[in-house]
Amino acid sequence: MFDKLHSQISVQKFFGLLIGIGFGFCLQKGGVTLYDTIIGQLLLTDFTVVKVMVSAVIIGMIGIHLMKSMGWVQFHTFTGSIGSSLIGGLIFGLGFALLGYCPGTVAGAIGQGQVDALLGGAIGIIIGTGIFAHFYPIINSKIHSIGIFPVETIPELIHLPRFIVTGLMVIVMIGILWILEIFRL
Amino acid sequence: MIEYLMEPQWSPYVAGAGIGILLWLSFLFSNKPLGCSTAFSRISGMIEFRLLKKTVDDKEYYRIFPPETDWQVMMVMGIVIGAFLSSVLSGTFHITLIPETFSYAFGDNFLFRLIIALIGGIFMGLGARWSWGCTSGHGISGLSQLSLASLVAVLGFFIAGISTAMILYSL
Repeated sequence: MFDKLHSQISVQKFFGLLIGIGFGFCLQKGGVTLYDTIIGQLLLTDFTVVKVMVSAVIIGMIGIHLMKSMGWVQFHTFTGSIGSSLIGGLIFGLGFALLGYCPGTVAGAIGQGQVDALLGGAIGIIIGTGIFAHFYPIINSKIHSIGIFPVETIPELIHLPRFIVTGLMVIVMIGILWILEIFRL
Repeated sequence: MIEYLMEPQWSPYVAGAGIGILLWLSFLFSNKPLGCSTAFSRISGMIEFRLLKKTVDDKEYYRIFPPETDWQVMMVMGIVIGAFLSSVLSGTFHITLIPETFSYAFGDNFLFRLIIALIGGIFMGLGARWSWGCTSGHGISGLSQLSLASLVAVLGFFIAGISTAMILYSL
């Protein structure tokens, strides 16, 4: 659906800006553009980040799966590997704890006036992605190829239909939120 | 309505649900997952090309992800604007040098905070492209699509993030 719209580059840039404005608004209102909230999550004293992420996934997942079954949207999954997903994820996590923002929330933190997010965080991320781009050929050939996953998605891995896995995920994630509320975390 | 937009903070569930709906719009109208880290690599490429007079042909990565202002770069600019509007509307906009929790634990030397943030940002940028996604790309868009790569990456983010933060704050 909307294939013609997807190819209109200037309109798309404008949509990107609008979606970003909404995204930044929600992130700021959710309190996750604050260093204190993110570091509180990593120290397991404040579960706001998990609450925002899990509720976004519940709502997002149900919607995009329904739209996919109607043939309205395409998915964008790819095959991961231990060498890319796990090793890259661990490097990211190390930076996550030192910086206390992520690439999206660092932009939000800049918007609400955090100078460390602009001069430290954003510049650091730009340098870090540049380092990756420089070493991409060797990382791609030597490390990304380690332990390539046999499948792209969780339903394919556990051999269950997509809509059943979606339902199970919703139940598990509501359970997580329920436990957080019971223990007042 | 306007009062709600002026509130300093929303329930995390409302903010999260809002992001979930934005994911629908982004898939439907733009055929794009919500993600941020590729935008930083494009900006990085634009700066590098300008400063060092290089071209796309010099680096394989930039042939795949050309350094240009695309949908996602605009989206990241939008995040800055959106958070600015939100904080101004609620009166919480404030120029801050060092986050409260950080200064409480490590003192209020801005240069020290800047160096830690810079090192953290470098690791984060490297790791985000290494795993092909960040907290939004993997954490929200990838998990919503039930991507296995995203599940593993998110576990990596939190395993390393929690361990590092625990060590850092026990020093």
